[in-house]
Amino acid sequence: MNITNAKYFQDNGKNCSINCTIDGQELSVPLDPANTDYQAILEWAAIDGNSIEAAD
Amino acid sequence: MTKAAELAKIGEAVTSGQIGGRRNLVINGAMQVNQRGTIDAANGNGFPVDRFKCTVAALDQLVVALSQDSSAPAGFANSLEIEITTVEDALAANETFVLETRLESQDLQQVQKGTATAKTMSLTFYVKSSVTGNYALQALDSDNGRSVAFLYAISVADTWEKKSILIPADTTGAFADDNGIGLSLVWFLAAGTNFTSGTLQSAWAGTTNANLAAGHNVNIMANTDNNWSLTGVQLEVGSVATPFEHRSFGEELAMCQRYFQTVMTGTINVSSSSGINMNPQFFGTMRATPSVGQEGVFNVNDRATNNTQSSTDVSIYAGDTRGIAVNMGNFSG
Repeated sequence: MNITNAKYFQDNGKNCSINCTIDGQELSVPLDPANTDYQAILEWAAIDGNSIEAAD
Repeated sequence: MTKAAELAKIGEAVTSGQIGGRRNLVINGAMQVNQRGTIDAANGNGFPVDRFKCTVAALDQLVVALSQDSSAPAGFANSLEIEITTVEDALAANETFVLETRLESQDLQQVQKGTATAKTMSLTFYVKSSVTGNYALQALDSDNGRSVAFLYAISVADTWEKKSILIPADTTGAFADDNGIGLSLVWFLAAGTNFTSGTLQSAWAGTTNANLAAGHNVNIMANTDNNWSLTGVQLEVGSVATPFEHRSFGEELAMCQRYFQTVMTGTINVSSSSGINMNPQFFGTMRATPSVGQEGVFNVNDRATNNTQSSTDVSIYAGDTRGIAVNMGNFSG
């Protein structure tokens, strides 16, 4: 799984999901621990140099 | 096979296997359902059909076409096909190209893995490739980090061959009773020396990468137009491989929609001058709250004006396994 960016999306000031590009596809990924994309983003973010951007 | 041997096999199936329907633990084993369509995968990652995913590690040049195909052995109408479009020049030690299907832990409780009465499983599939040689296959228990690996040979190019593999019982490491990944079946299509330099892991043990594909001597990424096809995948409890359990397209589609589905619309309301909220409901309950992508831009007509997205923009703001609420932006009208 190739993750090239990740940024939180907020609603009413609360992080709700992560907008990201996975394998070239733009996705909105829920913060559900059972979601395998979310699991992969957390693994990706744990690598030095990667981080999930804060929401606008 | 003699009559006595046939009777013994039937007896084994009756006492140790599952006699009737729902024998096949694999979803979409006949490759009937393909909700995503043909994929030109620039990096090799993607689903040729539902529930079967190609994954690469460390590749930098490979381009493949992943598709559902009408080539199939007698009794089947579909297969999945992986065709090399752009070759990977050299196979580095850490590079792999695999096809995988995953089974939920809660659907594997009858295997009794991790107990004294753990069951053997039988895996059957039909495979065809333009490249002959020995291919590796891994059964991975994700709950416990344990694996067992096998080799199967493709002896004649471009010809369907039926393969049967016995996956031994494992008295160590139970499958959790949850919606996580329990068992993965992984077909190696290319494997660098980090995965082939050991001894084939032919008994269940903690996963050791060097042992997973030992003996695998094929690299289908080496030449343009190389191809590999698969269908008729059946995994069943017991040591007897029974004929493929054909299920209707509707049944297979419903099972696949637990993991991926396409929704056309939902209740819509305007959230801002450039955005809308939409609340699509799913067909059946999904395994987890799904990720959401958008195929093409939306046009919303309020009976007065057309409002069209300048580009795709979708973000989840609420949802669960039954339905989801998304905000879609970039509208103007």
